[in-house]
Amino acid sequence: MDLFIAKNVTKTFAQHKALDKVDINVPEGSIFGLLGPNGAGKTTFIRIVNRILAPDDGELFFRGHPLTPSDIFNIGYLPEERGLYKKMKVGEQALYLTQLKGLSRHDALGKLHYWFEKFEINAWWNRKVEELSKGMQQKVQFIITIIHEPKMLIFDEPFSGFDPINVNLLKEEILELRKKGSTIIFSTHNMASVEELCDNIALINNARKILDGKVWEIKKTYKTNTFEVRFTKFDGDTRSFLSPSFEVLEQTTENEHFKVKIRIPADANPNDLIRQMLPHVMIQSVNEIIPSMNDIFIRTVTSQHPDPSTSSSEKI
Amino acid sequence: MNKILLIIRREYMTRVKKRSFIVMTILGPLLMAAIVIVPVYIATMSNELKTLSVIDETGFFFGKFKDSESIRFHYLVSDIGSAKASFTKSGDYALLYIPKTELTLPTSAVLYSKSQVNMNVKSYIKNVMGKRVEELKLEAKIKDLKLSDDAKLTTDDILRSIKASVDISTIKIGAEGKEEKSYPEVSMILGMFSGILIYFFIFLFGSQVMRGVIEEKTNRIIEVIISSVKPFQLMMGKITGIGLVGLTQFLLWVILTGTIVTIGISSFSSKIKPGAATEQLMQSQAKGMTAMQLPNAADSTKVTGEQSNEVINAIESIDFPVMIGMFLFFFLFGYLLYAALFAAVGSAVDSEADTQQFMLPLTVPLILSIVMAQYVIQEPQGPVAFWFSIIPLTSPVIMMIRIPFGVPYPQIILSMTLLVGGFLGATWLAAKIYRTGILMYGKKVSYKELWKWLKYKS
Repeated sequence: MDLFIAKNVTKTFAQHKALDKVDINVPEGSIFGLLGPNGAGKTTFIRIVNRILAPDDGELFFRGHPLTPSDIFNIGYLPEERGLYKKMKVGEQALYLTQLKGLSRHDALGKLHYWFEKFEINAWWNRKVEELSKGMQQKVQFIITIIHEPKMLIFDEPFSGFDPINVNLLKEEILELRKKGSTIIFSTHNMASVEELCDNIALINNARKILDGKVWEIKKTYKTNTFEVRFTKFDGDTRSFLSPSFEVLEQTTENEHFKVKIRIPADANPNDLIRQMLPHVMIQSVNEIIPSMNDIFIRTVTSQHPDPSTSSSEKI
Repeated sequence: MNKILLIIRREYMTRVKKRSFIVMTILGPLLMAAIVIVPVYIATMSNELKTLSVIDETGFFFGKFKDSESIRFHYLVSDIGSAKASFTKSGDYALLYIPKTELTLPTSAVLYSKSQVNMNVKSYIKNVMGKRVEELKLEAKIKDLKLSDDAKLTTDDILRSIKASVDISTIKIGAEGKEEKSYPEVSMILGMFSGILIYFFIFLFGSQVMRGVIEEKTNRIIEVIISSVKPFQLMMGKITGIGLVGLTQFLLWVILTGTIVTIGISSFSSKIKPGAATEQLMQSQAKGMTAMQLPNAADSTKVTGEQSNEVINAIESIDFPVMIGMFLFFFLFGYLLYAALFAAVGSAVDSEADTQQFMLPLTVPLILSIVMAQYVIQEPQGPVAFWFSIIPLTSPVIMMIRIPFGVPYPQIILSMTLLVGGFLGATWLAAKIYRTGILMYGKKVSYKELWKWLKYKS
């Protein structure tokens, strides 16, 4: 079941079209990656989900009903541009922001202490925000975002500015949150973290959704039947014994070790490749080359770009 | 509703706890008290004798003005024309002229002087004349009662019926005999003081609202908050919270200044001699301030200096409950009107440096009010005073300057209605700009752009 559905969402600012008929379905309990180059319309979309902005056209559904202002309590949002009141004390500020979300003072204090303990920032409770490092401030803000245990969480570039240790801490928390039943929308440019965390993605470019689905399904569609074979005991060109339909893309030699990348025809399978190679070489490994999200991202976005007919009206 | 209270609380608490607020709260009254006390103290050093000539055409007041250490009265029997002529050449301080009245008892007099007549002299005369007229009225009343046998009249009724107020206008005579009406000091001081105070508070706290909005915007904390509360709640919470800070500061100033001045004056009030003009005026100012701000203080101040009874009478002739009420009204709504506009300006820019172009329409009416203040004081009922005290952007300052001089109620009501209307209009306008502005980054906004924001649907 989909926790959140956006249908046909369109938003225009003056002459600039920020979102053009975008449909997005976020399955319940998933980690959903919202991807796209800078200025594609991700932040606008997130703001619309948060009801900060109203769409010009389109519908939004949350847990099966049209999104209402009261649903905002069930959505936690960590904006990309993070900020806190610099002159205010950390604890006081966390309490204020938590109470603004509708928690009672008592509940808010209890939960804040639990999280401050967990993130090891209890000592900072009475310090002013301006005394904190950027990473520290982000921890505080992360806590404020998730404190009311919303059904849906939206993180806009959650890892920027964190050291690797804290990135891990945050990843663990995000996975933990999903285990507890939260659905997470997560906007980022960091493709490694997408591969690691996301179940589903949607790719937005130039205000349009150009790709979406489950991560493994997308990868399956984008793979090109290319295999990498490592072997020894052969000196020469593999093309000499492979059938012509097997396309050798690349051959490298390093000491006694050889590596080839071969694209096989759609009707062939890896066994055919191995069978052809076995009589000639000693195989060490055979791997299918699966495109990384990074490759898919770059390929889809760049293949879109040199198309002036669709983007002529858009000034970014 | 609960959320708006949270916002108000935060805005209020963070500001009240600031060191600058505490410093201002202590320094302000010290400064104000010094302005009042120092001249009073200096005035106790000099004690000059003043001579007043009296022309009493009615004959009711002969021998009623008693000489004191600092004032001598001597009665002239001549017509006012020649008396004025000789007055300009004499060394007399002032010339009191009580014109003849037909049928009724005299209720007005003219005081001619070469320089500004001091408060104490004027109120002494007013007091003596008032008492004398009351005496005369009482005599007549008793005669009446003896004639009729209307026994139903109580003492209260009688006292009320004989209550008399005397109006003394002051005219300054130049060396060449040119006459010029002078202004009532207490009204002038009160008017200017409250007008400037309102101006000062609007600027100080209005720009705090603006800075607060810019802070939230540049901080990007706005995105977090706006996902929990509506922009309008945030804007009104901020305006209200800062307004309460202003009121708190004001009340603390009033209480502290009142306390310091009362202690300061009473500590050397034994040195003040009856009739010592300047100090009494200064004291009256001090009392005026405390009396204006704390209605009950008027009673306690009477005890501190018996000699200043006359001055207090003069002060009491100003309707303090009305004055305080008006001050709070124009203070609050003036602030609310401007604060909404300041918030809109803050939301439209990315940093304080960009505020210039939008600040102009806000600062011009405020500064104009202060520039116009001196004309208004000279002619509190003139057309300039009237129009500036009606237009919402200038009325908070100008109306406050006019009120001590007495403003007809229809005008006050018109001005108040328009100010409330102006506040509602400004808030509506500001909310529309604010809603769009707070989430708009990195864009140099023009007036044309603002106009577009106003037309956006919510």
